Amino acid sequence: MKSFQLEQIGETLYHKKLENGLDVFLLPRMEMEKTYGIFSTKYGSIDQTFTPIGQSDYTTVPDGIAHFLEHKLFEKEDGDVFQQFSKQGASANAYTSFTRTSYLFSSTENVKENVQTLLDFVQEPYFTEETVEKEKGIIGQEIKMYDDQPDWRLFFGTIGSLYHHHPVKIDIAGTVESIQQITKDDLYTCYETFYHPSNMILLITGSFDPETMLQDVEDNQRKKSFRPADNIQRSFPDEPVSVAEKEREIRMPVSTSKCLVGIKQNPAQLTSDHIPKLKLVTQMVYDFFFSRSGEYYEELYREGLIEDEFDYEIHIENNFGFSMIGGDSTKPKELSARLREMLLQLKQEEISDENFERMKRKKQGDLIRTLNSLEATANQFIDYHQLGLNYFDVYETLNTMTKDDFSSILAEWIKEEQISTCYVLPES
Amino acid sequence: MTELKEYQYAENGYQLHIIPTKKFKTNMIMVRFLSPLRRENATKRALLPFVLQKGTKEFPSERLLRIKLDELYGAQLSVDSSKKGENLLITLRISFVNEKFIQNNTSLLTEVLHLLRQILLEPNGTEHAFLPELVAKEKNTLRQKIESIKDQKMQYANMRLIDEMCKGEPYETHVHGYLEDLDSVNENNLYDEFIAMIQHDQMDVYALGDLHVEKTKEAIGKVLTFSREPKHESPLSNHRVHIDEVKEIKEAQKIQQGKLQIGFRTNTTFKDDDYFALQIYNGLFGGFPHSKLFMNVREKHQLAYYAASRFESHKGLLLVFSGIAPQSFDKAKEIILEQVEEMKKGNFTEEQLEETKRLTVHQLKETLDNPYGIVELMYHQVLAEKNMSPEEMFAALEKVTKNDLIALAEKIELDTIYFLTSEGDQ
Repeated sequence: MKSFQLEQIGETLYHKKLENGLDVFLLPRMEMEKTYGIFSTKYGSIDQTFTPIGQSDYTTVPDGIAHFLEHKLFEKEDGDVFQQFSKQGASANAYTSFTRTSYLFSSTENVKENVQTLLDFVQEPYFTEETVEKEKGIIGQEIKMYDDQPDWRLFFGTIGSLYHHHPVKIDIAGTVESIQQITKDDLYTCYETFYHPSNMILLITGSFDPETMLQDVEDNQRKKSFRPADNIQRSFPDEPVSVAEKEREIRMPVSTSKCLVGIKQNPAQLTSDHIPKLKLVTQMVYDFFFSRSGEYYEELYREGLIEDEFDYEIHIENNFGFSMIGGDSTKPKELSARLREMLLQLKQEEISDENFERMKRKKQGDLIRTLNSLEATANQFIDYHQLGLNYFDVYETLNTMTKDDFSSILAEWIKEEQISTCYVLPES
Repeated sequence: MTELKEYQYAENGYQLHIIPTKKFKTNMIMVRFLSPLRRENATKRALLPFVLQKGTKEFPSERLLRIKLDELYGAQLSVDSSKKGENLLITLRISFVNEKFIQNNTSLLTEVLHLLRQILLEPNGTEHAFLPELVAKEKNTLRQKIESIKDQKMQYANMRLIDEMCKGEPYETHVHGYLEDLDSVNENNLYDEFIAMIQHDQMDVYALGDLHVEKTKEAIGKVLTFSREPKHESPLSNHRVHIDEVKEIKEAQKIQQGKLQIGFRTNTTFKDDDYFALQIYNGLFGGFPHSKLFMNVREKHQLAYYAASRFESHKGLLLVFSGIAPQSFDKAKEIILEQVEEMKKGNFTEEQLEETKRLTVHQLKETLDNPYGIVELMYHQVLAEKNMSPEEMFAALEKVTKNDLIALAEKIELDTIYFLTSEGDQ
């Protein structure tokens, strides 16, 4: 087991790659009451076309299957895993994103048992035709719940306007129709391919002794046998740099109009040596100009184009990236026009030394604050790990960042063809 | 478990609470004002948090105020209004990083307290009024916010249930205010409301973090110097409501999924000895994935993705919420009400009871891993005028028996069933 001193924040991180390929990271936080464990696979909604383990031909599976699989892993022959966690005083959950599926628990007692349960339930699938059929009703209601949420529709509408072909445009849960096609065999195919330990990471943070914890995890894994790791081949369609649609409108029975401007990242910039800075700079730029201390925010507010709900979000992954900015507006078309102007204007902005220093300070504070939450720390860590990076290097990346680094990223960032707008507007 | 000690001081016009802990990488200050919940000033009180964040005399715009916060290593400021029981709370929070983790010698605490004083005592405006253009603009912001509640179906359905269930009680008051009251709000009467809050509300100040108790007390005492005359109104809690007949209300909108909301009276609040039994009851009934609602509505009958319950600690309500297909209304209602009967009959095992205790204790302990969580837990005591340490709460939860739950179940009364359904399915 290797240990890394995280000097700036006064913590130690432990790592070991097990024989079966599983990456185990331990971050003790003895001052906390609870322990949070997350077991995550690099498999999400975009992994639609791939070569199943042991095969050489590509197969394409129904939309929403990664999320469906996530639901079904909780069900076992002798009942529901939630109950098992409950008995051990833990709360459990899971979520599926574009690029990964994560299973997690938090508990203040029986931590050892809960770690075992987490590893065992994820590594022992039990899918039957009957239980697969049963889940279709539940997930159907989950999809309908999202269908009624204007912000969710806007989010996927914007992604849909950005991308021509890339499967990121597919709703993570699929559609009521697409999930009907899912069979137990599909689930096993996806499971066998993507849930191999070598495609997974286990991170545990909280109140525990790292030596004992690692020993427990190793003992658990040694008892199980896995096929040799296979190199997973995923296939993604060619995706142009330019957006699919400049504008898209969604009509819904809403009382407030919404506008979201999307910026598609040029995939050529998504190299692993560039991503750490790109992520930070993108966050800092949005924050500096568009948060409540920002010049652009103040202009939009003064012009009456934005309301209280105005925000941005950033997604940067290995083979796609995008960001979005917008919110509620009584003048959505004008807001879109102004945001586009501002985004294109960014590269001409001169940043003073003083302002650059302030940006860095704020980011530094944000990074330290993240550590208050075990969940937030773990999620950030896994996000970065997915990209082949160590999250805790982010402090050093920020410390050593110069204004030139910043400006050069800003200059390359946005071209007009990479911007789209999606609206949610009242019907009629 | 790390023991948390709360040091309390009766200051001039407010109660100061200092909770030293090294758990977090940040420190925080919270100031909370409490007044009785009522329709007459609800809209003004809803508007105040927006206006107060728009600057002070020294930092006379939102942007300048936020730039100052950014310079303090991204200190976070929030001001909001909320209701707990039949009380209206206005809360101001500032959280800032522990200086230990930055290479900087300035005292962030001193700077943050200075900002806090600015916001509370030197708001942006003249001697007797806020800036008129600012108030006009923020009235629009609030208008927009009130209108958009209709678009968040879960939130809307919850609001509608309370409207119907608590008609005529102070608790029905919308903490986000009322469209029809906005017109009468202006820079003068809003300022008067602000002064009333500063002068007369019950006020509590919390400081939590890696703080030296005496020094923090002194620093806060130096900054929060104003003469207050708080009106000594006890925080309001529930009064027993007699239910003549169960109300059932259906409302139709253009939606995909129906929202079923069912309200019960628990006749139990934080003050009462059986409050801890209520927590366990809620866990077993609808609070956890092993609960009766989750197991029956979702797992057994697959009617919903979510079916859960929560309780209001100071008003005495138990609220069930579930998203179902519009045509499943009768069936879902029947299953949910059946679970209430099952609880009355004590149809649960000792093992399930124990599990629920484990999880409830876990949830409470988890709260202690969050700075805001700790303060909220402590504030329950202010509201209920009852002192209880977290350790005492854990002990009280452990003591709950099956008979306690059956006795509590007898107190729970169905009041209102509200269903937001899709047009054409009514």
